[in-house]
Amino acid sequence: MTRYSVLKLLLLLGIATAIPASLAEDWKVLEEDELHDPSNPAVAILQDPEEALSVLAPDTAGNKVNWVEAIRQGQIEPRASLHGDVEGRQHDTDIVMSNTLDFPSVLFPHKAHNEWMSCEMCHESLFRSVREGNPITMAKILEGEYCGVCHGAVSFPLTECDRCHSVVESRLSAPSSGAVVPKE
Amino acid sequence: MKRFLKSKRLALLVLVALPIMVAWAEYGDVVINVRAKGEGMAPVIFPHWFHRVRFQCSVCHVDIGFKTRAGGSGITMDKISQGQFCGACHNGEIAWSVENCDFCHSGMPGLETGIEGGHKTAGPGYY
Repeated sequence: MTRYSVLKLLLLLGIATAIPASLAEDWKVLEEDELHDPSNPAVAILQDPEEALSVLAPDTAGNKVNWVEAIRQGQIEPRASLHGDVEGRQHDTDIVMSNTLDFPSVLFPHKAHNEWMSCEMCHESLFRSVREGNPITMAKILEGEYCGVCHGAVSFPLTECDRCHSVVESRLSAPSSGAVVPKE
Repeated sequence: MKRFLKSKRLALLVLVALPIMVAWAEYGDVVINVRAKGEGMAPVIFPHWFHRVRFQCSVCHVDIGFKTRAGGSGITMDKISQGQFCGACHNGEIAWSVENCDFCHSGMPGLETGIEGGHKTAGPGYY
């Protein structure tokens, strides 16, 4: 058996065990998640993910919850501050980034983001509010910079390419990178 | 050359498949074991999913001041008792208080600080 065929066998074995396991259940109970200590009595008291997440708008990746939809459908109302209300954030411009080689351009929706967080979460530390002011690359994102601070860690993972690279038709006529797209 | 390319592609596949194969924790779970081990305490498991049902991201990451890097916030039990970090809520008023040590210090011994989760490609700070 060559090294190549051993590797191939291992890979097939891995896929064969990974796929049925991931289809069988969306959420692990805490006792079996390989993080929580089953001998800790508190683990039986803490909520299991399935109880909270199975009733929310479904998704195929991450927590298997479409968190943006969960808010829009009124399933959850995460508080915007600890004490009292804050003023509603209504910034909903879209940004198109078209410097994406052969990939569809990226459309960044402000609305979906500010339904979840205040402007200060990104501006001006992660992203400068200046056109062409953010030299974003996929390498940096994969290293946990820019979008990768959240996406790939808590927000939908980086396997979901087409959720960001979503603008196909307008690629040739798309405005230059970082352009703000006016709302109709 | 052809063979080399083929095995390179295979290695890439293994790299992509590996995280799917090994991880079971809920997506976004954070292990914090910066000081716990030295104090003889179990590592802390912080579930993002539980907290984001109740609070928007910026409540913790802007208002309270949690960094977006696992282990990067300099959290101590002293600070928590003084109402900083977790103590901003876990004070017996907004959420249960710090007397319930085991609720947070619930991880298996020896876990590394970092972000866990079954469907991530990588995560902050590494491929």
